Amino acid sequence: MSAKKSQRGAATLLMAPFFALFLGTLVVPIGYAAYLSLFTERSSGLGFGGTETLFTGLGNYLHALADPAFRDGFGVIAGYVLGYIPVMVGGALLLALLLDSTLARAKRFFQLTLYLPHAVPGIIAAIIWLYLYTPGLSPVVAAMREGGLTWNFLSSDHALSSVINISLWEWVGYNVVIFYAALQAVPREVVEAASVDGAGELRTALSIKLPMIRAAVVMTVLFTVIGALQLFTEPMILNGANPAVNTTWTPNMYAYDAAFRRGDYGVAAAASILLAFVAALLSFVVTRIGNRKGAA
Amino acid sequence: MTTTMTKPSVSTPAPVPSRARRRKPLWASKIAVNTALVLATAYTVLPLTWLLVASTKSLGDLSGNAFTLTEFHFFENLGELASADGGVYLRWYVNSILYAVGGAGLGAFCSVACGYAFDKFSFRGKEKLFGVVLLGVLVPTTALALPLYLLASELGVVNTFWAVFVPVLVNPFGVYLARIFSAGYVPGEVLEAARVDGAGELTTFWSISLKTLMPGFVTIFLFQFTGIWNNFFLPLVMLSDRELYPLSLGLYSWHTVVTAEPEYYPLTITGALLAVVPVVIAFLSLQRHWKAGMTSGAVK
Repeated sequence: MSAKKSQRGAATLLMAPFFALFLGTLVVPIGYAAYLSLFTERSSGLGFGGTETLFTGLGNYLHALADPAFRDGFGVIAGYVLGYIPVMVGGALLLALLLDSTLARAKRFFQLTLYLPHAVPGIIAAIIWLYLYTPGLSPVVAAMREGGLTWNFLSSDHALSSVINISLWEWVGYNVVIFYAALQAVPREVVEAASVDGAGELRTALSIKLPMIRAAVVMTVLFTVIGALQLFTEPMILNGANPAVNTTWTPNMYAYDAAFRRGDYGVAAAASILLAFVAALLSFVVTRIGNRKGAA
Repeated sequence: MTTTMTKPSVSTPAPVPSRARRRKPLWASKIAVNTALVLATAYTVLPLTWLLVASTKSLGDLSGNAFTLTEFHFFENLGELASADGGVYLRWYVNSILYAVGGAGLGAFCSVACGYAFDKFSFRGKEKLFGVVLLGVLVPTTALALPLYLLASELGVVNTFWAVFVPVLVNPFGVYLARIFSAGYVPGEVLEAARVDGAGELTTFWSISLKTLMPGFVTIFLFQFTGIWNNFFLPLVMLSDRELYPLSLGLYSWHTVVTAEPEYYPLTITGALLAVVPVVIAFLSLQRHWKAGMTSGAVK
């Protein structure tokens, strides 16, 4: 029975560092932010006596939710998700299936070059694309002008599509690699049996391979939705260049703005908590849908 | 099987034309498939090519003829980069390496140890505890940045190295991956044999399991390394001293003044190019390792 005890001791020791970090940098900060979100600071008197802290209960949440700037941020995210997910997941799936087909050549090379942008820091990707959007600096805009196309990447109408393009560039190759790895795990016998039975490449891809990697696709949608809610870096770069992208364009920018431009920690904490809650809720819903489809 | 057997018995020459008919579209689809892949590759590679070409240009030459090499100004740009703002760029570079290599190394080790323990040991409430880890995966990292800042400012550690270094160590998804890798790579029989030989659990982990788990460790390390190298929100809220900036925040600080002071254009572009190089090298050199880890992890 000492063997069991030593196993328990080993498990505790191996898990302790991770859970210490988990507690200190995840659970405690969220708990502290939840606590802070219940208070508000008000300058007392004529502003000489500093500030006093008042308990407001859910006041900060109501303040954030009532603020059109915060709600508009969720509208922006909704539009972004609607535009981004089909293009991203569809594109990555298509490329992964093409790579997995027997028709593709130089598979290693293609995977490598498709993945490459993901190694580029998001802030740098956004800077590169902003310069590629800027007339006078960009060869893309110049080439389009010569071809008779006048698309202004930096007009307010095109703010969403310009951001979606940056995200797509950063993430499509990453998801291709994930899907391709899942496709590699599809038993070769099943694929071979299908082709012996006379199924073409397209038929095999759609009715054999695709259903077998459904779990990977659901996971990708889940992580993409969570990622979409966090949208921050790319619009921060476009802010100032595109008139539509203001300092509270996404919920995360709103929270940042509340903390550092308005100095309102209570509202910033409330906005962060709301954001984390919506993200967790949405991903829960997506997994539920995924599971139901898996069961049917 | 029965249908394919009956068809040739009806008319004997049937299989030959059907095979010939299939071969012709095969050629067309081969071209279509590879053209699509080439186009997608152009989309991912051309912006980086532009960055490379732009880094060889002076400010005056940047606008207009972006893809033509009229002058080679790369080394002048490098010199300006090294001396700009008192050589602060080099400092950012060292900081990024410290944050990313140290953070990913330590973080991946914690994740692997924890995931291994989840896989190999049984104790009461294990699956519930694992559920808590998965819940941690759901918490967005940027939604966490402000709470971390609020806590750090209460503790008085804002604007320190540790304020950025410690929070990036935790990687719940790494634990999830490590558990899968451990189930795939480390056979239970090996552990049993070690136990029979009287080896302690921690010794077995350190001298046997960790070695077998190496491809998994590299995979988790690589993803975490890129994550930290790319991290922007956390340093943005935590740091005000530019001596502590990582490259991402430093380049952002240059970028924000670019419209007022255009001489920062070549600095930002060359600086961005050099910031991309180590991640690309890390990815290319560890690629085989990483690939092997990924596919064998998926097969299991």
